[in-house]
Amino acid sequence: MATKDEVLSGLAEIVNEIAGIPAEDVELDKSFTDDLDVDSLSMVEVVVAAEERFGVKIPDDEVKNLKTVGDAVDFILANS
Amino acid sequence: MSGILEGKRILVTGVLMESSIAFQVAKLAQEQGAEIILSAWPRPSLTERIAKKLPKPVKVLELDVTNQEHLDGLAEKVRDELGGLDGIVHSIGFAPQDALGGNFLNTPWESVATAVHVSAFSLKSLTMACLPLMEEGGSVVGLTFDATIAWPQYDWMGPAKAALEATSRYLARDLGKQNVRCNLVSAGPLKSMAAKSIPGFDTLADTWNVRSPLAWDVTDPEPAGRGVVALLSDWFPKTTGEIVHVDGGLHAIGA
Repeated sequence: MATKDEVLSGLAEIVNEIAGIPAEDVELDKSFTDDLDVDSLSMVEVVVAAEERFGVKIPDDEVKNLKTVGDAVDFILANS
Repeated sequence: MSGILEGKRILVTGVLMESSIAFQVAKLAQEQGAEIILSAWPRPSLTERIAKKLPKPVKVLELDVTNQEHLDGLAEKVRDELGGLDGIVHSIGFAPQDALGGNFLNTPWESVATAVHVSAFSLKSLTMACLPLMEEGGSVVGLTFDATIAWPQYDWMGPAKAALEATSRYLARDLGKQNVRCNLVSAGPLKSMAAKSIPGFDTLADTWNVRSPLAWDVTDPEPAGRGVVALLSDWFPKTTGEIVHVDGGLHAIGA
């Protein structure tokens, strides 16, 4: 079972790899679209990569609720 | 048991997510014995990830159908992998945001031109780029959304799909002598990435089942995928310039 910090740093690596955003900017209170400028297709790829890395299934209908990095971390922790 | 695409070599464009019709086509084609290759745009890295969910490993080529250099280099890359082609799946469409969602009367020509270039002209570009690979003929299959009538929200994608439908008929006319067939599947609404890009898509999807004789599931792209695979196969040997509706039958019903 991963800790919150481990999920956050893993997610930051993914966002960095896919969207080219510095990993240290990926903080819990940041919005993917408004603060980090992750476009919709990049977000799809972040979700697929997070599913692979953390062994979770993130349904399409859930993705729109994952507005901030913290939302995503919480969802991954609750479902992995 | 051998599948209906045994021995066929097929290029599948448009695999973006698991919900893509093209993903279903790729999956079913592999299950039916085809060797496939994917082309990807605008995010090849996403297609690579999704391709790992297919039954068998598959090569992904980067291909922007509006980029002549990409098109010029395509045949050689496909030949290196598969030796030739027996089928092409065109599952490509795009319209700028100002061409969709209720802005029909104010959309500038540049946006319309982009929609037509990517969504319709590309059927010709892609087919011609691959024609040298189809020495013994082949089957080209594209995806449309019934362009004979006007839809809510769909706006300039409608004329773009009308252009696609006409392009398919002209390709059928000109490529028949090379035994290359060209057909389209007209699918009902599906919750794919293409649908997410259309503002107000839910309104369209929700009303479908009211008129459609067969129950239509907007979350299931497999029926459309099966239609495409059937048209790729040898079971439609004398069908070309055709549009097969995989829409629950809605196109046949007036009200």
